[in-house]
Amino acid sequence: MTATIAAVDNVASARRVSVPRGYRFELVKLVSQWRIRLLVLACWIAPALFVAAVGQQSTLPVDTLFGRWMLATGWAGPLVMLGFAGTWALPLLTSVVAGDVFASEDRLGTWRHLLVAVRSPRRIFVSKALASLTVILLLVAGMAVSSTIGGLLAVGNQPLVGLDGHLLAPGDTSVRVLLAWVCALAPTLALAAIGLLGSVSLGRSPMGLLLPAIVALAMQLAQMLPLPVSVRLALPSYAFISWNGLFTTPEQLGPLLIGVVVSLVWAVLATVLAYVLFVRRDFTNVNYDGSGRRAITIGLLPLVGLVVVTVPTVAVSTGATGSGIDQDKVQRSVATAFAHLYRVQTKQLNRPDVTEAQLKASATCDKGSSRVAPEGPGNDWRCVVSWHLPGIKAAGSAIYQLDITADGRFMADGDGPKEVNGYFLVRTPEGDAPNPLWQFDGNVELLPTSKG
Amino acid sequence: MDTLLAVRARGIGKSFGDVVALDGIDLDVTQGQIHGLVGPNGAGKTTLLGLLLGLAVADSGRLEILGTPVGRALDAPDGVAGFVDGPGLYPSLTARQNLAALAALRGRDEGASVIGDALDQVGLTDVADDRVRGFSLGMRQRLGLAAALLTKPRLLVLDEPSNGLDPAGKKHVHGVLSRLAADGTSVVLSSHRMDDLEALCSEVTIIATGRVVFTGPLSKLAAENRELDYRLQTSDPEGARRLADDTAGIGVIDGAMTRQDTGMLVVRALVPALDELVSGLVYAGIAVRELAPVVSPLEAAFLALTEQQEADR
Repeated sequence: MTATIAAVDNVASARRVSVPRGYRFELVKLVSQWRIRLLVLACWIAPALFVAAVGQQSTLPVDTLFGRWMLATGWAGPLVMLGFAGTWALPLLTSVVAGDVFASEDRLGTWRHLLVAVRSPRRIFVSKALASLTVILLLVAGMAVSSTIGGLLAVGNQPLVGLDGHLLAPGDTSVRVLLAWVCALAPTLALAAIGLLGSVSLGRSPMGLLLPAIVALAMQLAQMLPLPVSVRLALPSYAFISWNGLFTTPEQLGPLLIGVVVSLVWAVLATVLAYVLFVRRDFTNVNYDGSGRRAITIGLLPLVGLVVVTVPTVAVSTGATGSGIDQDKVQRSVATAFAHLYRVQTKQLNRPDVTEAQLKASATCDKGSSRVAPEGPGNDWRCVVSWHLPGIKAAGSAIYQLDITADGRFMADGDGPKEVNGYFLVRTPEGDAPNPLWQFDGNVELLPTSKG
Repeated sequence: MDTLLAVRARGIGKSFGDVVALDGIDLDVTQGQIHGLVGPNGAGKTTLLGLLLGLAVADSGRLEILGTPVGRALDAPDGVAGFVDGPGLYPSLTARQNLAALAALRGRDEGASVIGDALDQVGLTDVADDRVRGFSLGMRQRLGLAAALLTKPRLLVLDEPSNGLDPAGKKHVHGVLSRLAADGTSVVLSSHRMDDLEALCSEVTIIATGRVVFTGPLSKLAAENRELDYRLQTSDPEGARRLADDTAGIGVIDGAMTRQDTGMLVVRALVPALDELVSGLVYAGIAVRELAPVVSPLEAAFLALTEQQEADR
């Protein structure tokens, strides 16, 4: 006769490990990896060193937004770093952290062991997602804090020239810099979710690890193409660009909010898809190495579907058509920025102050010497800016060559007269200083909803 | 008298698509027993161990573990520990950190002494603070066992625990398993190392193509099994050979295994015929210096099964 042990010993059902405990376990594993430690160290130290080093150079990264102001204020440093991070660092960081968080268990052959210990794939998923999110936030925070400290220590806490030429006080700038980094978290989360999706669906394949970086690269390429503005805004990568709307007056919040919302929707959808793929996985199959078919049907197609739905939604809700860059917007942006910067130059030269209202600056712009329609990106824009000074009948004028990129950013290069924008330096009572009207950056808002 | 069962499986079936991994498996493992699972590759051992660990759910049949019916995947009762397909360790952590992290994960605030004791039991105290990255396969196996011991299991399920173990490591592992069994923990282990199974297991279950072909004590296996080859060393090899030739049911195997220089014969026989031969040798005044199976009954059964499987293909 036999009896089970329960006859003499009440056996409790297996207790599932709680999410907080699973989260701590995953965090311990992540932080114990040398590459994660190296990344944390790099993100908290390298930006400060980079910003401080650039702050001592005479050659500035003028191709990067706010790069030309790195000698003028320490607040340019974290913004240059943010521009660089959105292009390169954040996609790679999310690849290394989120893109490997599930695949590493495949590589180590520890899934069964983990399942026996935790007894809930759902909780494993949540724990891993939260742990990778924590590490990513730690890395992003490191870059923001480090570059800010480096900039402020090396250059100082001076006002920043905004993208419309407006001078932003240090306190105001600090809030905007913080907001810009917070906004960049949204597309970072989207890439992290894509990393989770790749890690779950592609197993040990290197493609799983590289997926966020590849997706980010593809989206960056898309942002460089002359795509309709509704397509541009339907991609989460736009939120890596749209934070520049915080540095105009008034702020260009439309594209910024759309970019953030689209990114968060991507983050949620990709995470849900990764979750569905994960809980459906057959963990008894030791030879499992990702599911290519499921990765496409459950992973890729819904995200493509999201883009397909988002494009007309953005187009209808914002009324955005074409490239979003037209003659009126360009003229308005150039005139506004010029007027603000003219006041900066006036102050530098110790001339009597004038207001933007007194200047009544206006711009007349054409594209390709009027041979092509004055709309869309290109480096063949030419503007003539006119302004008035109190008590002087004749209007002043200056010429600028504009290179406008598809995301609405432009660089205006002074083309005379030399007294206004012909020289890199201006002679001030305190010595030579960079001429703010020689070259300046600006931003054309792609949406028709507000005036920049 | 009741026999307490740690595992009671009846008619367990499990398929993966068209592949039938388990086909009506019955298994009883009593409390404090070390039970071996043997079978060729693909026989279904790992699948069965996975069911015991709660990694998968059976398609059919009834499974009770530690008295609790198992109905859903990942619903194995508390008190079950072990590993399949390797011990599942994290190479970037030290041995001690691996155990501490696992203990914390399970909500057991094990003190350093408990972790140290587990490491000591498997002979890894000296390398407790080394990263697992540098561990040999055998050391990882032992650390996996230590991780299982932290939960104070009442059913320990181990897949190939002796893989990569050197003699000292094997001694540690055997000692740990024997002590656990003596304390009432049931152990189910799968291994291709017949010497391990014979040294440790009181009962074995042989599985082939998802079915149980034998289950019970090793002695029963020897009795049930077909003819075995035995090594026979006597004081008079020539006389012993003549006697063996004359004994019904005894076949003398000529060839490499017969070493005239050492006076050793290899004979093939069932146990009753062998008994008759030994009686005859004693009656003839020939001293029997050694009589042992060339391969163990378990290994013979395993080889026979493997050969049968190949023949069926």
